[in-house]
Amino acid sequence: MSQPETAATPASEPRRAEAGPSFSDRLASFGPVIGLILLCAVGAGLNSDFATLENALNVLTRTAFIGIIAVGMCFVIILGGIDLSVGSMAALIAGCVIMFINWAAGALGSPLGAVVLGAGLAIGLGGILGLIQGVLIAKGRIEPFIVTLGTLGIYRAYLTYFADGGALTLENSLADLYAPAYYGSVLGVPVPVIAFLIVALIGAAILNKTAYGRHVQAIGSNETVARYAAVNVERVKILTYMLLGVCVGIATLFYVPRLGSASPTTGLLWELEAIAAVIVGGAALKGGHGSITGTVVGAILLSVISNILNLTSLISVYLNAAVQGFVIITVAFLQKGRR
Amino acid sequence: MSATGENATGPGLSVAFDGIVKRFGPVEVLHGVSFALEPGRVYGLLGENGAGKSTLMKILAGYEQPSEGRVLVGGQPVAFSGSRDAEARGIVLIHQEFNLAEDLTIAGNIFLGHERRKGWLLDEAWMRREAASALQQVGLDRTPDTPVRRLIVAEKQLVEIAKALSRKARLLIMDEPTATLTPSEVARLFALIERMRAAGVTIIYISHKLDEVERITDEVIVMRDGKLVGRAPTASLTRPAMATMMVGREIADLFPAKESFDAAAVPALTVENFTVPGWARDVSFSVRPGEILGFAGLVGAGRTELFEGILGLRPGSGQVALAGHPVNLRSLGEATRQGLSYLSEDRKGKGLHVDFPLAPNLTLMALEQYARPWLDHDAERKALTQAVETFGIRTGSLSARAASLSGGNQQKLALAKVLHPKPRVLILDEPTRGVDVGAKREIYVLIHQLARQGLAVVVISSELIELIGLAHRVAVMRAGRLVATVEGAEMTEETMIAHATGARHVAA
Repeated sequence: MSQPETAATPASEPRRAEAGPSFSDRLASFGPVIGLILLCAVGAGLNSDFATLENALNVLTRTAFIGIIAVGMCFVIILGGIDLSVGSMAALIAGCVIMFINWAAGALGSPLGAVVLGAGLAIGLGGILGLIQGVLIAKGRIEPFIVTLGTLGIYRAYLTYFADGGALTLENSLADLYAPAYYGSVLGVPVPVIAFLIVALIGAAILNKTAYGRHVQAIGSNETVARYAAVNVERVKILTYMLLGVCVGIATLFYVPRLGSASPTTGLLWELEAIAAVIVGGAALKGGHGSITGTVVGAILLSVISNILNLTSLISVYLNAAVQGFVIITVAFLQKGRR
Repeated sequence: MSATGENATGPGLSVAFDGIVKRFGPVEVLHGVSFALEPGRVYGLLGENGAGKSTLMKILAGYEQPSEGRVLVGGQPVAFSGSRDAEARGIVLIHQEFNLAEDLTIAGNIFLGHERRKGWLLDEAWMRREAASALQQVGLDRTPDTPVRRLIVAEKQLVEIAKALSRKARLLIMDEPTATLTPSEVARLFALIERMRAAGVTIIYISHKLDEVERITDEVIVMRDGKLVGRAPTASLTRPAMATMMVGREIADLFPAKESFDAAAVPALTVENFTVPGWARDVSFSVRPGEILGFAGLVGAGRTELFEGILGLRPGSGQVALAGHPVNLRSLGEATRQGLSYLSEDRKGKGLHVDFPLAPNLTLMALEQYARPWLDHDAERKALTQAVETFGIRTGSLSARAASLSGGNQQKLALAKVLHPKPRVLILDEPTRGVDVGAKREIYVLIHQLARQGLAVVVISSELIELIGLAHRVAVMRAGRLVATVEGAEMTEETMIAHATGARHVAA
């Protein structure tokens, strides 16, 4: 038998899998950015109108609605949840805001006041609808997929009912008054783009620099561990669905003046675009992991694709959604080996 | 006694490792391991966490391929491309972490991937019969139709063993099989191992419990740092000698000397008539600053559930007082703010975010300390640096994920985490589960330090030796009731087992 020497040195710890973010990890987090740059290079090569400031601002303005919602969706997905109702919610909020402004302009006698209150209502309503969903999910312990699938139908049906199957339209004079919120610009930058930027910055700060943001990630990564670490899981969940509702409200606030009307097709499929932006941006649908920067890049990337298709005749515009679909699946495939 | 030929369906297999090297990327975890095993013997494979024993066993069972070297089975070199190949040769590994499909029945799990068919259809009746006979052999009193989800952890372990039996194992590798078993289940498992050995099956038994290794194995093989450091007939070794071989240094005394505390002080935690529906009834106890109170009992006696009730993690009722002041703890958050902290027995499932880096794990329970109002990442990093030093957490990098730490170091991180809110009462549930001897000792020293600093410490443990070595008093629970509190000379394994099992005839 071999009796080992009893060395005085403490047992050294063998290294396990190498620590820290690996090279492929880092590459993957830059993946969306690299994709966007490549896409822009392709776009610039195909059409000289692509690489203009005007076109860039146009793309960003179009991105703003989905982008603002995607920031909220990013929190919900990191939390390990999902919200399918955002498109319908936007439509319902838009309808309610239009009805309110039309009514309040007469009732208050101040058209401007009515528009400002209407904008506030959009945010408030978003928060309330998000709160209701959050309570059903967190306290009622119903799957978020089911709750928001239900509200998806409910919201859109109520809008259709309010609009009597047609469209709710802002009165002309009020629409003109509200128009700057979408068509205006500050120092050449369209207002919705500024709003998108501000929402993204605040979102990133909340996610990375607050206890609440850390709790969202902790719950998404492992809810039981979070609960055993004294995280108030229910409260964080409710707050997160509220936060998304507020984002939907903000997006709608800037969307209403664009057309000045809301119809049963308003916000159709926005939920899928918002979820796609978050996933393309590198978040894991099962939760625990995702970034606001990635989400912003993902949202822009998706609208750049449709912009390029619009500007070039390479692929039919009718296939826009198909190309986006291929991109989403490709991105998911590339990220597969990461975790 | 040497091995049989290629197609022998007979008993045990002889196995030889010849210069096995295993690299994961640039990291070499096995540095040329060579030894041979004879059929029909029980081998204890010892080593600290990270010594390479699990990797070696995964190579033997086909889950991993060696980077260099050969595995010989029955004298023939083999190259398994997966566990199915190995199982076809009768080599079966029972994982430490279960691989059971929760929604399937016991029978469904036992034959998962090896379903018996009758034409196009499954032969359910045959599988149920075979499963029932395997369950009977391992002593699990459940019908094969029970969904695995309904089983408690110990029963799942038995299902894993039954699964291995149904594979007609000729070489069986068991990785910490008794971690969740009660003494009577352990006795039954050992009887089963005896029967298998008699039938000529080769058994490799991996365990941190040296008393079990001493009881059940014929020969001990010790690995350290990816190398074989020794092998010897079990009968020729004492437990301290085994521990010394594993750790590579003398463990003079696993437990620090007990220190006294002020027995007249106001108890830090007083619990009276606490009831957790379905788990614990009318439990009363108190623990003083500086005191270490042990909680013994069988799995399912309600110890964990009692404390989860006290902490507001599950519904419960009764009087709880902290430092003499009655409190009503409705949530763990409230308990934490009041100075209670709880280390869960389930490190990966409840204790740590294994996908997270170390710092967010450490600070999660006391995050408000770092929010001013924005989280101060630098302060978090500083806290981690300090904790790594204080708790002796060995990690390659401070930005590593918790998953990359060994079991013992994860446990130290989990301890640092629950201590971060600066509790006055600390409840430790199985604080050394799945932890190697060296880390155990460090954790014991740490617990003593905490008690000396005036914390009241409750230690729930299934290892009686641990409670005897660590605690001032031990409360024993049986079927949800606190049946006895033993201290001093009464703190013996025999007394505690007698109370825990309800056997009145205490050894004289």
